[in-house]
Amino acid sequence: MKQLTYLKDVVTLELDQQKCNGCKMCITVCPHEVFEFREKKAFIKNKDQCMECGACEKNCPEGAISVRSGVGCAAGIINGILRGSEPSCDCSGTSDKCC
Amino acid sequence: MKEGYITGTIKTIFGPVPQVSTVWSRSDIWQTIKVRWNLNRMKYKVEPGLYATGNPDSNSDVFVSANFKLSFDHLRRALNGMNAWILVLDTKGINVWCAAGKGSFGTTELINRIKIHALLNIVDHRNLIVPQLGAVGVSAHEVKSKTGFRVIYGPVRTEDIGIFIKSEYKATPEMRSVKFPLKDRIKLIPVEITYGKYYLLLVPAIFFILAGLNPHGYSTDSAWNNGGRAVINLFSAYLAGCVLTPLFLPWIPFKRFSLKGLTVGWLIAVLFLFLNLLGSNIFEIISWFLIMGAISSFLAMNFTGSSTFTSLSGVQKEMKLSLPVQIGAAALGLIGWIITRFI
Repeated sequence: MKQLTYLKDVVTLELDQQKCNGCKMCITVCPHEVFEFREKKAFIKNKDQCMECGACEKNCPEGAISVRSGVGCAAGIINGILRGSEPSCDCSGTSDKCC
Repeated sequence: MKEGYITGTIKTIFGPVPQVSTVWSRSDIWQTIKVRWNLNRMKYKVEPGLYATGNPDSNSDVFVSANFKLSFDHLRRALNGMNAWILVLDTKGINVWCAAGKGSFGTTELINRIKIHALLNIVDHRNLIVPQLGAVGVSAHEVKSKTGFRVIYGPVRTEDIGIFIKSEYKATPEMRSVKFPLKDRIKLIPVEITYGKYYLLLVPAIFFILAGLNPHGYSTDSAWNNGGRAVINLFSAYLAGCVLTPLFLPWIPFKRFSLKGLTVGWLIAVLFLFLNLLGSNIFEIISWFLIMGAISSFLAMNFTGSSTFTSLSGVQKEMKLSLPVQIGAAALGLIGWIITRFI
């Protein structure tokens, strides 16, 4: 099956190659093969595949990656608008709603 | 209370650890079906803590999981025939990926659980196998520096765990990547259907009652005739958005989910036009196209939350335009439809 893609040129992912130590952690945790490894450094190969989950940023020991991570979920964004808060799906123990 | 999946206890220097079955019982299967239909889903939990499969010792692998029972069930089933420890984090009954997004499947909770359950003394090695999708909430280097445990990210899908272990804790790119095949989309559809909850009765009921309006007052005959059609049209548009669109997702043109939903909704509307379900008056037909398009488009857009490849930035961009158009179209369609009751 071909990889499903979403909107182009909207993703906030950025990688500062100066800081990259070549540990490959970003490649390990990325669920969409956004990164590739060349000459001992990570590169962003498929930016439009990124779903902004934030796993790479969280696991980069050098802090070389930044992304505005959050739920790519319409219901979560509507929740955020209604409450005037950050987009968030209502997944918690006290609620029966969840995205 | 003893849970059905607990088969015994393993003695450790820190007390008994429940040993769990690696085979799903009939009750596990039945509960899985229910939870896929959104029944009891938010209360489908296991007690956080340490568990064992087989007879693990101080050299056995430690797998980390969430306390959503469906997550836990998939893991223990994948560990069939293995002696292993399972460390279940308190994720408030939410699955690994969603909980990691919220931070409850996260660095702090993992570090706390390692301490509470004296993992340093239970095992001699210093490795933890954490599901890769948990990386959204877990910072491997932070866990390492605070506890000494090295986080090894395992495969995305539990069924790959066996091969992952055999290939010395290496996940292939295939095991690390999240696809969204038909099989996965089908599993999500029942929960999508339940999204509308009581609106699924309320909205058709309102249309049914309003359908009785006519230029001479009110007649139950027109409620039956026009109301019956209205209910069929509304439900069909709903299912177009939350069943047909997810099912045929890769093959429907457009990137935006709202446009995919609109496409399917209008295809159904065209079909219904020929089946005479949209009425004969041009205003009523246009109203139905607006209403059905809006419903299907909104439900399809909602499926971004279940999909595995949509980004926050993308969905925000999509909604900025789509949401006002959907609301406007639905309102216009409703007004148009009510007006046609009187002409």
